[in-house]
Amino acid sequence: MNVLLYLVPAALILGLTGLAAFLWSLRNGQYDDIQGAAVRVLSDDDLRS
Amino acid sequence: MTEALDLSVFVKRPGDGTAHLDLAVEGIDCAACIDEIEDGLERLDGVLDARLNYTNHRLSVEWRDGAVAPSMLVEELRRLGYRAHPFQSRLVEEEEARRAQWLLKCLAVAGFASMNIMLLAVSVWSGNVTDITQETRDLFHWLAALIALPTVAYAGQPFFRSALGALRNRRTNMDVPIVIGIMLALTMSVVETLNHAEHTYFDSVVMLLFFLLCGRYLDQAMRRKTRAVAGNLAALKSEVAHRIGQDGEVVLVPTAALDPGDKVLVRPGERIAVDGIVLSGASEIDESLVTGETARRATEVGGRVYAGSLNYDGTLTLRVTAAGKGTLLDEVERLLANAASAKSRYVQLADRVARAYAPVVHLAAALTAIVWIATGSSVHDAIITAVAVLIITCPCALALAIPVVQVVASGALFRAGVFLNAGDALERLAVVDTVVFDKTGTLTLPEMRVVNAGTLAPDLLEAAARLGLSSHHPLAAAVSQEARNRRPFDGAVEEHGQGVHAVVDGVEVRLGSPGFCGAEELARDAAADWPSASVIAFAWGEKRAILLVQQALRPDAVDVVRSLRERGLDCRILSGDRPEAVAPIAAALGIQMWRGGCNPAEKIEALEALKADGRKVMMVGDGLNDAPALASAHVSLSPISAADLTQAQADAVFLGDRLRPVLETVAISRRAHRLMQQNLRIALVYNLVAVPLAFLGYVTPLVAALAMSGSSTLVTLNALRARGASGPAESAAPRPDLVIQGA
Repeated sequence: MNVLLYLVPAALILGLTGLAAFLWSLRNGQYDDIQGAAVRVLSDDDLRS
Repeated sequence: MTEALDLSVFVKRPGDGTAHLDLAVEGIDCAACIDEIEDGLERLDGVLDARLNYTNHRLSVEWRDGAVAPSMLVEELRRLGYRAHPFQSRLVEEEEARRAQWLLKCLAVAGFASMNIMLLAVSVWSGNVTDITQETRDLFHWLAALIALPTVAYAGQPFFRSALGALRNRRTNMDVPIVIGIMLALTMSVVETLNHAEHTYFDSVVMLLFFLLCGRYLDQAMRRKTRAVAGNLAALKSEVAHRIGQDGEVVLVPTAALDPGDKVLVRPGERIAVDGIVLSGASEIDESLVTGETARRATEVGGRVYAGSLNYDGTLTLRVTAAGKGTLLDEVERLLANAASAKSRYVQLADRVARAYAPVVHLAAALTAIVWIATGSSVHDAIITAVAVLIITCPCALALAIPVVQVVASGALFRAGVFLNAGDALERLAVVDTVVFDKTGTLTLPEMRVVNAGTLAPDLLEAAARLGLSSHHPLAAAVSQEARNRRPFDGAVEEHGQGVHAVVDGVEVRLGSPGFCGAEELARDAAADWPSASVIAFAWGEKRAILLVQQALRPDAVDVVRSLRERGLDCRILSGDRPEAVAPIAAALGIQMWRGGCNPAEKIEALEALKADGRKVMMVGDGLNDAPALASAHVSLSPISAADLTQAQADAVFLGDRLRPVLETVAISRRAHRLMQQNLRIALVYNLVAVPLAFLGYVTPLVAALAMSGSSTLVTLNALRARGASGPAESAAPRPDLVIQGA
């Protein structure tokens, strides 16, 4: 069962990374305009300049 | 509208040489609008950033201070085809947004923890039936405890706070049994871990938290959405006024920028935007939005006028007594306070259930412990079984049952052009059996229309309408709505208090008072036939015509009232207008029970009388005089054209020229209410099955996990049915025209 010694921490760290990413995106205001994000992807203003 | 609007009060200056303005934008309906608006504004010299929030239709613009005038931004948007209104975010709304974020954080933490603990728990469960060693199981239990304890401490806060708050007020709510259940289960699990036991409930506790937070977040999200919509509506409706400065200069400002004591100029044909006292000038005003009375009233110097009144022919100078939200009659305010406190006594379905449910849960758990001890089990086993009962009865499905339905149903209402002000309005709407309508502005359209347009020669009507474009008089404005060609005649001259005249193709045309057009006799006959309409005469060479202007019925009022009656609702009219003006409307709609000439207090009396008969009354009204009645009715609805205060009192606001949203509101809320009850029944059946099992000690953590997620999913799926399409009779299919306005 020695495999647990690194599997369990790995699982926890992966989970925590996901949580941290979510909290960061929340703080970053990425959930303020959910419908807008869905349609902004269609605009190609990055091609213009 | 070439006059520049002074928006400086809304501009925020963070102090780094930039200026910032928030605007609510009207007319956004597609993805392309985002680019059009943002690029359009950023092309302006000096604009640093423009960012549109597509979800709540708000635009935030930043520019180098002094480089652009704020009114230029609004003007540029108008040129692009969007109406923008300065927007001040209100404190309540910011508070709600912060709370929603906090709940989302709690939800994320609980989600993370429940997934990881489930990983550990499943290993233990599968190990228990195969070959897990004592040491490995203990390690897993300790790991689970390590994750669960901080998680509960963080993500459980919304429940701890609410439960504490309730206990402090010597009440109990749904959160009290939740908190007790969570704490007991956690403590027991830690003790069991210390004892090297086979089962712990860490996973159940955290999963429970996760589901409960889902329900809480949905509830919050809905409230936030209604607040955001209400905020936008307030901004979109915000009116402007001409303020007379110290130096006599007249500036156009939003009413929100006015303070009591300011002087305001009101020109003929304008709607008065503030409450005030007349300083100078004489005019006639139409107070139908305020009192429901359609006959005009002459103003006098020193007399009071109220926001929402329409100024007819004279120019008035007012001293502002109240602007914006404070505009109000004292009488109305007093009645309102009483009526609103009566309404807050209504207890929401969820709270009613919680009140009955909490004692039962605790009783069941206590009973379990006692019975187990009495039948000779150890105290340890008895407590474990009692905790299992607590966990299994924790109102997981119950907590989701109502918020999910509310969210889905309010989405359906939103598409039908109805915005809810109050979350519990759905429940109250569903039990309505009597609908009381106000007449002016509710059954009728707020603007006036020519009622005899069909009987006039089309070219005559068109000429009259085009001539009407040259006048500021409200009656002429009503006539001009009929114009297909929106270009006014050249050289039209307005004679003050008389009418307009012009020479078209060598023929003189006149629109105005019957005397001005030489049509007194015709006018007398017409007035006799239509006592409630205002008369305006038209002369074209030798031809004479009489146009009757009146607030017309909403186009679908007759159909809607009939459908409401088919659904078993008793429809009535209570109007502040003269009885002779109400009678023809009531006759057209086939409503027998109507009263005219009611003041606000009489309206409340009438509603109280209906209440005393045991009726649940829905009041639909728009005038300031309706505000107290709206607040005292069981539930209330207002058209979007209603006065600010009236809207604030209404439980829901509907858009558009049609009355159909009233019907859909009733249909959707009835369906939603049915689903809420169904959901509660599902939760009850679940408990009836699960509690005996838990009582007998068959509920292992695995069973608890399955039962909890199973019932929650079932309830959520059932709630999705509130979206509509549950039968043609109650179809909530949105009308295309309303979708555009609601989008």
